[in-house]
Amino acid sequence: MKLEARSLVKRYGSHVALDGASFSTGPDDARVIALLGPSGGGKSTLLRVLGCLLVPDEGHVCVDGRDLPHDEVGAQAERRGNGFVFQGYNLFPHLTTLQNITLPLQEVHGMSALQAEQRAIEWLHRLGLEGHEHKRPSQLSGGQQQRAAIARALAPRPRLLLLDEPTSALDPVMTGEVLDVIRELAEEGQSIVLATHEISFARKVADQVVFLAAGKALECSPVSRFFQQPESNLARQYLEGLSRYR
Amino acid sequence: MFLAVDYRWNWAGVWRYRGQFALGWLTTLGLSLAAMVVSVAAGFLLMLGCRGRWMPVRLICAGMVELVRGSPLLVQLLIGYYIIAEALHAGFPMLVGIVLLGSFHAAYLAEIFRGAVESIGASQLEAARAVGFDRMQTYRFVIVPQAMRRALPGTTGQLVSLLKDSSLLSVIGIEELVQKVRVMNAASYAPLEGYLPLAAAYLIVTLPLARLARGLERRFAYET
Ligand SMILES: Nc1ncnc2c1ncn2[C@@H]1O[C@H](COP(=O)(O)OP(=O)(O)O)[C@@H](O)[C@H]1O
Ligand SMILES: [Mg+2]
Repeated sequence: MKLEARSLVKRYGSHVALDGASFSTGPDDARVIALLGPSGGGKSTLLRVLGCLLVPDEGHVCVDGRDLPHDEVGAQAERRGNGFVFQGYNLFPHLTTLQNITLPLQEVHGMSALQAEQRAIEWLHRLGLEGHEHKRPSQLSGGQQQRAAIARALAPRPRLLLLDEPTSALDPVMTGEVLDVIRELAEEGQSIVLATHEISFARKVADQVVFLAAGKALECSPVSRFFQQPESNLARQYLEGLSRYR
Repeated sequence: MFLAVDYRWNWAGVWRYRGQFALGWLTTLGLSLAAMVVSVAAGFLLMLGCRGRWMPVRLICAGMVELVRGSPLLVQLLIGYYIIAEALHAGFPMLVGIVLLGSFHAAYLAEIFRGAVESIGASQLEAARAVGFDRMQTYRFVIVPQAMRRALPGTTGQLVSLLKDSSLLSVIGIEELVQKVRVMNAASYAPLEGYLPLAAAYLIVTLPLARLARGLERRFAYET
């Protein structure tokens, strides 16, 4: 996939979360794009704009040569082709794990109840959640909830999977479980945009890195170049700070 | 107190009117039930209106809620029946009474529903958008099922109040339970006897409802 952003601006009230961010991945196709940068730098906001969950106040995004729509109807259609995974899992607490996956398949993607259930069970088993189909999210561990959330995002076969710090709320063991899943998906060729602080994971799995700070994309480069010779001082400091204890 | 000491209870008079008493009780239950349906439906619509995208609708709905909550039910019944319904040649006092009683409690229910809906976190709404739900689907599959649990205890309490308030409908000539008992007391020359079964007749319904409300409150207190 190729991503191109031109002077993206997104404000929350008077706070500017994206402040004219521009970057372009390429020239080669990237499977996995990692959004790195300090907290508050705008990673989550950019991820939402890329996935059409948010419409920018100014600027354009181009995914594989297509301009993303700015109207709600177009944005919704685009969104339905994407899968999202959030830091806090955000499963629907009143539904079982299985229903969390089947409901969007039936109501949004027009699958029959039977098809939806088959598809959901397939994914739950793949992500190691057999036996948990009929539990509520509150009865699952954090790692299990996040894997269920990944199953929900993937079941409709999204073009693009967008993950916003999917392991930040998890302990190291559960983080490992979830990262294994993401890595496997990447190896199978799923297009992924991942905001994360797990830099050693990003280094192994990502093809491209976009480095964001204070709402600007300071760098956009292939993963090996970013980690070996970051161009900006901020990126260098960020990497040093994160690798000090790992 | 000394009246009670000297008072000669005359239960035979009350017993003779048991048929009327039962009729009054059924009337109270029937019209309360109908008014409950009206109040829940209208309360839900008012809540949607208060949260609507359209500014005039929002203002009108919020204004209606404030007006209704700001004046006594008795006054609303008198104005609604003797002025508004009269002007509209509405007839059917029972129907008018059900609508007035239902609308009064709808305003309170709208606030209970609004609180429940607004307690649903932004992350749930974002998750709904993320899986591709539109506005309607978000209400239907995400907001309403979760808000309903949170609104249940308050709603039950409000419906208990509605049942008790139905006694005020006697001012517009509806022969509900309290009115029947007044007539019965006067006719049987037993001014006090009717009031005890009267209280019991309300408690038989309200106590289980209040218990249910408390049970629900406790149950949902554990959920986050
Ligand atoms: N819904 C919001 N309302 C107000 N401010 C927000 C909101 N979301 C994010 N922000 C602010 O925008 C900035 C960028 O946030 P975010 O995109 O979440 O960065 P990151 O994910 O890199 O930590 C932060 O300063 C944050 O406080
Ligand atoms: Mg973030």
